[in-house]
Amino acid sequence: MKLLIFAGPPSAGKTAVIRQIIRQLAGEYAIAFLKIDVVRAFEDEELSAEFGIPARKVYSGDVCPDHTGILVLRDAISWAEDLGAALLIVESAGLCLRCTPYTTQSLGIVVLSAVGGTNSPLKMAPMIALADIAVVTKVDLISQAEKEVFRERVREVAPRVDIIETNAVQGTGLRFLMKAIRNVPEILDADGIVLRGMPPLAVCTICAGKKEIGWQHHFGILKTLDGADDLYRGE
Amino acid sequence: MEPFAITTITVLPGKSKDGSREAFKEITIRAGDMISIVGPTGSGKTAFINDIEVFACGDTVTERTILVNGEVPPDEMVRDPAKKPIALITQNTKCLADLTVQEFLEMHVKARRIPDDTRTEGTISLANEFTGEKIAGTMRMTSLSGGQTRSLLIADAIFVSSAPIILLDEVESGGIFKENVIASLKAHKKAVLFVTHDPLLALLSDRRIVMRNGAVETILEPGGREKKALARISDMDRIFSCMREKIRAGELLDEEVPLP
Repeated sequence: MKLLIFAGPPSAGKTAVIRQIIRQLAGEYAIAFLKIDVVRAFEDEELSAEFGIPARKVYSGDVCPDHTGILVLRDAISWAEDLGAALLIVESAGLCLRCTPYTTQSLGIVVLSAVGGTNSPLKMAPMIALADIAVVTKVDLISQAEKEVFRERVREVAPRVDIIETNAVQGTGLRFLMKAIRNVPEILDADGIVLRGMPPLAVCTICAGKKEIGWQHHFGILKTLDGADDLYRGE
Repeated sequence: MEPFAITTITVLPGKSKDGSREAFKEITIRAGDMISIVGPTGSGKTAFINDIEVFACGDTVTERTILVNGEVPPDEMVRDPAKKPIALITQNTKCLADLTVQEFLEMHVKARRIPDDTRTEGTISLANEFTGEKIAGTMRMTSLSGGQTRSLLIADAIFVSSAPIILLDEVESGGIFKENVIASLKAHKKAVLFVTHDPLLALLSDRRIVMRNGAVETILEPGGREKKALARISDMDRIFSCMREKIRAGELLDEEVPLP
């Protein structure tokens, strides 16, 4: 089975790209789909109804959705394998621009919207830098010159990432994405899969329920306004 | 600088909205060609130029195929916009880039790996020949008017992209000086395909592709046969432009037709 992991901010068009993949590759691969989101998500029901593929979702609730994704990923691989799937598509919530949910033995795809602003690739650098492919959507809404400028920004963050421009609703340009999916190797050793990058050090006393404002009331990994680097203070 | 010289772009037929094959054998586009695309709304005019822009290979709704120099273009040319020989100016009149005009052009020049840094100035001054409202390098891209944006993007396509093929979707909109645009494109020996509803622009082209129901219906090559109509529409257009400029300037048109 092949594993695809999708990241990208909300409304970039992750699901539109996934829809094109299912439409074009369902004849070649049995596909299973997992959506990870925080409070509500509908993609699983929509894709299951539209294409008749097995699909499910998990809500992270109070936990970081990208952490949740990693926690449930091993179970999800077994679930999809038991169903006889040849391609598992995992769609992240796309909230944290610092996170990189991509793992080894997978194809990591970040979906970016061309209308998200020229600096958006810089703002979500970690999400792009560790991806294999950056799919830039909504290119039908911008000019040729803007496309080139946007691509240059993505290149600043990730000089080697494979950039694919598309109007995901129409599916233009996605033949290169399908080619990359066909070429990605299958999972060889599911128990050996690890995250590609370091997740942010997210656990702090606020996560544990302390509500006071100001770092003086907290301990662990802290920040001050001036010199906002990490500092550590024990209890 | 080009990976290789482009001599022709060929459009191979696809199908109409009801699935029937298009009747033409092939449409070949060469440097200096002026081709207009006409037809009712929804007839497939924009889809036609979009097929060219994405180098369709049977993978768009129309199932047309685009060849470069008679062959399927290399992946690199299709995928890297900076290596693309085609610039499309869409109907959009808003630029979403969060930069000043100067920064935007500098970044585009950088993306094109052009060492010459006089291009940004040249682009702005060319754009100012197309629009009545002056553009300055310090303006923000998002604050430009529709006409300024289109003028700048057309000038950019000529000067920065140096694309040999330019696709224009309804160039007449946005209140820009359309004849200056066409004259400038001609002077730079561009192959130009433009979707238009403007009779003057349609008559200025050498070939006219007529669209219906998603397909190319006919391709007209008027030769000199439309000379009279062109002369007449040119006169009318001058009157139109003259009145428009006076109205824009807040004048009262209380005299006889103010001929230029």
